[in-house]
Amino acid sequence: MNSHNSLPGPDDILREELPNGIVVLARANFASPSVAISGYMPCGSILDPAEKTGLCGFLSACLMRGTASHDFFQIYNQIESSGASLNFNASTHSVLFSGRSLSEDLAMILELIAEVLKSPTFPETHIEQIRSQILASLSIRSQSTQDMAEVIFDRELFGAHPYGRDDAGTPDSIRSINQEDMLRFHSDYFGPKGMVICVVGGVEPAEAVQQVRNAFASWTKETVQFPSFDNLPMVQNPNKLKKVHLEIAEKSQMDLIIGGIGPERKSPFFQAAQVGNCILGQFGMMGRIGKIVRDDHGLAYYAGSNLNSSLLSGSWEVSAGVNPKNRKKASELIIAELKRFVDSPVSLEELEDVKSYYIGRLPLDMENNAGVVYYLLNMERYSLGLNYYRDYENLIRSVTAEDVLSTARKYLDPERLLIVSAGTKNG
Amino acid sequence: MAEKLIKTILDNGLKVMLKEIHSAPIITHWVWYRVGSRNEIPGLTGISHWVEHMQFKGTPKYPAGVLDKEISRDGGYWNAFTYIDWTAFYTTMPADKIWLPIDLEADRMQNSLYLPEEVDSERTVIISEREGSENEPMFRLEEAIAKAAFMHHPYGVEVIGEKEDLLKISRDDLFRYYRSYYAPNNAVLAMAGDFNAEKMLDHLKKVYQDIPAREIPDSKIKPEGFIQGEKRVEISGPGDVTYLNIVWRAPQGSSRDFFPLVILDSILTGPRSLNMFGGGSIPNKTSRLYRSLVESQIAVAFSGDYVASIDPYLFTISVIMNPDHSVTEALDVIDSEIQRIKDGDIQESELQRAAKQARALFAYGCDNITNQGYWLGYSEMFDSYSWFENFVSSLEKVSKEDVINIANQYLGKNQRVIGVYTPSSSETSHMEGEMTDEFA
Repeated sequence: MNSHNSLPGPDDILREELPNGIVVLARANFASPSVAISGYMPCGSILDPAEKTGLCGFLSACLMRGTASHDFFQIYNQIESSGASLNFNASTHSVLFSGRSLSEDLAMILELIAEVLKSPTFPETHIEQIRSQILASLSIRSQSTQDMAEVIFDRELFGAHPYGRDDAGTPDSIRSINQEDMLRFHSDYFGPKGMVICVVGGVEPAEAVQQVRNAFASWTKETVQFPSFDNLPMVQNPNKLKKVHLEIAEKSQMDLIIGGIGPERKSPFFQAAQVGNCILGQFGMMGRIGKIVRDDHGLAYYAGSNLNSSLLSGSWEVSAGVNPKNRKKASELIIAELKRFVDSPVSLEELEDVKSYYIGRLPLDMENNAGVVYYLLNMERYSLGLNYYRDYENLIRSVTAEDVLSTARKYLDPERLLIVSAGTKNG
Repeated sequence: MAEKLIKTILDNGLKVMLKEIHSAPIITHWVWYRVGSRNEIPGLTGISHWVEHMQFKGTPKYPAGVLDKEISRDGGYWNAFTYIDWTAFYTTMPADKIWLPIDLEADRMQNSLYLPEEVDSERTVIISEREGSENEPMFRLEEAIAKAAFMHHPYGVEVIGEKEDLLKISRDDLFRYYRSYYAPNNAVLAMAGDFNAEKMLDHLKKVYQDIPAREIPDSKIKPEGFIQGEKRVEISGPGDVTYLNIVWRAPQGSSRDFFPLVILDSILTGPRSLNMFGGGSIPNKTSRLYRSLVESQIAVAFSGDYVASIDPYLFTISVIMNPDHSVTEALDVIDSEIQRIKDGDIQESELQRAAKQARALFAYGCDNITNQGYWLGYSEMFDSYSWFENFVSSLEKVSKEDVINIANQYLGKNQRVIGVYTPSSSETSHMEGEMTDEFA
C-alpha cells in the first residue's frame, strides 16, 4: 500500500453541506466494524459572560443529562448497552462532541447527538451533581503544578484578551451558574449553521451522510448572531523579561513554562513556526530543548516545546518539570537555547530531518478512525481544502531555514520572555 | 478482512508472532521481555524501569541520539513501558521503513553500552520522574496501599522504585540486570501491519536468530494469597480533596476466576479496556456505583481497576469524595452494592450487556495497528495469544453464579486494604499562591 494514497483526499472524502448549514464529512475504513463520530458547533467558552466563566464547559457537561424526550438514565442506558461512547465538551471556540460505536449503531448515536443538541433540558439535580464535580476538578487542578503553570502563563501572556481567561472558570463563577444561564446560552448560540459532523469507519460514506441527514435535517434555526471579535485587545510579548511564580505547597517537582506569543493557525507564519518548533522542542526526544535539559544535564523527565495556534492568536512555549533546586539552571539553559534559535538559522540537516518526520508521520497519525476524524475536522475548521493532506508534502518541503529564523525572531524575543513557575520554592 | 497470523519460536528461544493487516501502510514492531518490577529484590527496586531507560542510550552501532533521530526522521514513533510483569519496546513506522527499527531492536537486545556518564544523567531524570508522580496525591496513596497489600511479593513496590534505591543503584547493577533478562529466550517479538508474514519471518530469522540464548534467573517469586484482615492506610497532604481507595486481591490473568471478575467489575463500576495503550472507553453512568455514589452526591467520581497479571494482583475501587460527605458513607454504599451481588441480585441482561461492551471495546482496539501489536505480545506475558482471541467468548460463558462466587470469594471485608488520603489543610492554594517577581 502506498502511503500517499492512504491519505484522505477529494476522491475518498465525501463532503456535503445540508440545507440547514451543517457540513458533513465521511470516509470509509472497513478495518474494523466500528465508527468514530466527531464534530463541533462554533460556539465556545469565548462567549461566556465575563462573570460566568466556565459556563460553556459546564453546560456542555450537562448536555447529556436530559432532553425533552429522554432522561439521563435512558440516554446513557442506550449508549452503554450498545458499547458506544459519546462525550460533549467545550473549547475556546467550540462545543465539541466525539463518540464511537459499532457500525450497526451509527444511526442511534447520530439521533442521540441531534436530540441532545436540539433539546437539552439541563435538569437542576444534574446541574448540582456536575457543579460538585467541576469544583472538585478545580481543587485537584489547583494542586497540579503543570496545569497551574499553564493557567498562569495564559493569563499573564494574553491579559485582557479572551485567551487569557481560564475557560474552566473559577470556584466563584461555577457556583454562580444556573439553569437559566445554560438555557439562554443554548438558545442564543446553538444551531445547525456552522456545525460540522465527521464520520469515519465501517460505513459507506454515502450511507453515513444519509444517516446524518436523517438525524439532523429537521433542525432549522435563524442564523445565530455571534458577537464580533474584531476589536479584541492586542496581544504582545512582555516589554521585558517577566517572571511569575505560583507557590503550591509540598510539591517535589516544579513546572516551568518559558515563552511568548505564537502565530494563529491561519497565519502565513504558521508552517515555518511548526517546523521550527519541532526542531526546538519536539523532534526525537524533544528536540534541542530535550537534548540540553534532559539528555545532557539530566534535569528533567520531560522538557520540550509546544506551539498552540488557535483561530485568533497563539502561544509558543517551552516547558519542563524540574526539581526546585534545578529551576535556575534549567531556566538558563532554556533561555540560552532560545537565544541560539533566534540568532542563527537551523541547520539543513535539522530542517530535512523535521520535514521528513512530518511527511512520514501523517499516515501514522491517521492509522485509526479517531485520527482520521481529527485531521478531517482540522481541514474543515481552518478551510484547508480536501486536497490539503495530499499536498502536505509540498507545503512542508517549501519551508526554508530562513523562514524558520525570521518566524522565530518575529515571535520569540529572549529579552521579552514570560517565565512562569509553579511549585514549592524550597521543595 | 482476512488477517494472517504466524506464531513460531526461533532456535534461540525467541517467540515470534506476526499478523498481516493491510488496512494502512504501517507496521508496528514490539519486543516484550518477561521482566518487570516483579523480578526485583529489595535494594534494587526500580531497576527494571531504569534499564528500560538505558536501552535508549545507545550501542556501538547505534549511539545515543542516533536511534531517535533515525526513527523520527521517517515519521515513526517509538517508546517503551515497564510494568510489574514485563518491559515492552515498540516502534511504529511507515511500512517501507521498518527494516532499521528491526535491526536496532535486535542490536540493543545484546549490545547496549550502559556508559557511566549516561547512568548518572539518567539517575536524575528518573528521580525527576518519581518526583513528578509524588506531586500527585493518588500516587502517594497507591504507593502506601500497595505496601500494605503485599507482605513480601515485589508487587508491593511501585514500578518506579524506592527513592533510596534510585540513589544507590550502580552502573554494574544495571548492566548485570540487563544481561540477566534481556535475551531472546525471555522475549516475545510481535509485529502487525502491512507485510507478507512469510517474508517477514525470513528476515527476522536473519536478524535475530544468532543472538545467543541465556540462562534466565529463577526469581523464585511466591504468589500471595488473600489479604489477611482489613487493613487501614491513612495519609495526608496538600490540597482539599479526599480520596478513598479500597483494594482486594484479584485473580491472575490466566485464572478461570479472571473473567467473572471482568463481568463483576463491569456491572459494579463500568466497562474498561484492558489495553493500557488506549483503544477506547465506554462511560460508566449506568453502573451500579455511579447511581449509588455519584447520583447521591456522596462522591464526585470513582473508577474500578484490575490488570491481567502473572501473579494475583489487586482489584481497586477508587473514589474522589464530595467534601460534604464522609468516607464512611462511601464505604457503606460500596459494601452494600457488593453485598447485592453476593446475594445474587444480578440480571441476565447485565451479563449480556457486559459481553457486548467487551466486543465493542475489542472492535475499537482493532482499528489501530499499534494496538494489534500490543495484544499479540501482552497476552503472551501472562498467558497466551489464545487468551486474547477467546476473550469475548470467555466472557459470554460467564454465568450469574460465577459472578456471585467471585464476589463472595474475593471481595470480603476482612481481606482488603482501605486507604484514605486526607487534605492536611482546608486552605487551598488555588490562585491564592504567593506570586513574586524576583523568582525564577
